[in-house]
Amino acid sequence: MKTDFWYRFSKNRLAVAGSAIVVLLFFVSLLAPWIAPFDPTAIDLKNILQPPSATHWFGTDQLGRDVMSRMIWGAQISLKVGFVSTGIAIFIGAILGSVAGYYGRWVDAVIMRFVDIMLCFPTFFLILAVIAFLEPSIWNIMIIIGVTGWMGITRLVRADFISLKERDFVQAARVIGASDARIIFIHVLPNCMASVLVAATLGVAGAILTESALSFLGIGVQPPTPSWGNILTAGKDNIDIAWWLSLYPGLAILVTVLGYNMLGEGIRDSLDPRLRS
Amino acid sequence: MIRYVARRFLFMIPLFFGITIICFSVMHLAPGSPTDLQTEMNPRVTAEMKERLRAMYDLDKPLHVQYGKWLGRLLVLDLGVSFSPDGRPVSAKILERLPITVFLNMLSMVLIFLIAIPIGVLSAVRQGSTFDRVMSVVVFVGFAIPTFWLALLLMILFGLHLDWLPISGIRSLNYEYLPPAAAFWDFLQHLILPVSIAAFGGLAGLSRYMRSNMLEVIRQDYITTARAKGLPERIVIYKHALRNAMLPVITLLGLSVPGLIGGSVIFETIFSIPGMGQLFYMSVMARDYPVVMGILVIGAVLTLIGNLLADVSYALADPRIRIS
Repeated sequence: MKTDFWYRFSKNRLAVAGSAIVVLLFFVSLLAPWIAPFDPTAIDLKNILQPPSATHWFGTDQLGRDVMSRMIWGAQISLKVGFVSTGIAIFIGAILGSVAGYYGRWVDAVIMRFVDIMLCFPTFFLILAVIAFLEPSIWNIMIIIGVTGWMGITRLVRADFISLKERDFVQAARVIGASDARIIFIHVLPNCMASVLVAATLGVAGAILTESALSFLGIGVQPPTPSWGNILTAGKDNIDIAWWLSLYPGLAILVTVLGYNMLGEGIRDSLDPRLRS
Repeated sequence: MIRYVARRFLFMIPLFFGITIICFSVMHLAPGSPTDLQTEMNPRVTAEMKERLRAMYDLDKPLHVQYGKWLGRLLVLDLGVSFSPDGRPVSAKILERLPITVFLNMLSMVLIFLIAIPIGVLSAVRQGSTFDRVMSVVVFVGFAIPTFWLALLLMILFGLHLDWLPISGIRSLNYEYLPPAAAFWDFLQHLILPVSIAAFGGLAGLSRYMRSNMLEVIRQDYITTARAKGLPERIVIYKHALRNAMLPVITLLGLSVPGLIGGSVIFETIFSIPGMGQLFYMSVMARDYPVVMGILVIGAVLTLIGNLLADVSYALADPRIRIS
């Protein structure tokens, strides 16, 4: 089964291209202090809004900071937000989904109605409303994106639990006297990992998009901390004179999100070829 | 049918209460009290006046009493008074901006359906063709592209370099002096970029959904039957298959409401359109809590209504739903 997965994964062009992008970005953000040519916050008022050149590959911004260096550090921020917020969403989704699926009845009804209620809110509205009441710091952003994004995972895990809990291995665990918590977390939940992994990969992509939109609107990652979204804000402010501020960070977001989406789809196709759409 | 509608409606009531409870909890996330904003910058405010203000907003009462009073006012659409200097009722501020947002979203929804359905159907009918492959790449990019970035690029291209389209607002400055036809054309020109941007986000999802629906329907027995009795392929696809593949799309209409409304914050802010999304953004920035809460509730209720309408139209279109 495992070797099958890796065989299919390595033959899947989407998956390979996606993982190449993801791995590359991972290294870029890990090595940011060493590969960024300039200090991302170093202001140089003699060189403001310079177009791309040999020294500043992606040009400079309205304070003369090197855009490429800011983008390299921005990659770190994006990945951090993507992973932490998806982690939070999975944590909440896995617990609520397994409890709902395992216990069924009114527990299930209450949790699933809660999911329905959360799905009624335009996610972006909910995030913005919460931010209005809290300080827009990077940690708050991660928490808010996570706390508003667990509903899909809850549904997935619940569906898996409903089909798994009748299986023989669960009955066997019950017969030898395993506690509910043990059955849920040790026996059943690991079997849901396949669908959770796919959802998580796609979730990272979604979280990166949301963070960039929030930072673009000025309520996400706050300057001077660089993020792809807040470089684009500078791009909008200087839209008639500095196209490079608008072009490159957006391209970075596009490629990153594309990478995670391709990886997610690739994993899905390799896990179960029958699921191919 | 009436029983079905009634059941869906009853089902909405607990959801509505859930929505209000979540909104109410969000309101109490704020550190300190919402009245601080009005009082802390003013040195002449005494402790006693602060208490009076708190009493005015019922902040001195226990939470469940506050919730009850807030809910009571909500049901008669009394959303309180804005904190901004104009101090107008929140419901009036929202109502005057709601039509433009609803109009733009409806327009983009129509656009999404007009473009995405033919793309999905053609991709499915010619599965594996060049068209299908190109479209699946486009859809993939469509899922990943940040719409606000696309908006910036289109503004640079069509607004600044080519100078074809206006990039902000919904009317030109000289709007009032234009003859009706020119004024209408002016309005349309202002709509092109925002509506295309708003529609773009939904295109990828719907065309992909339509493609997989269509692929599934084509494999059904009744399609084989239709072909076997010698019907031309055109009739088989566009009459027998398409109608069945379109059915689940109705549900998607309802499901796409929250995404569209949420997206309006972004495109209304970028294009300076005076709609509900822009009001929401400005209120978030100004910490105008009553307006933020009001729009949050209204956004969720609109979604609820969208879902109800989708369920009802699905039942109208597909008898299997209302019987079971």
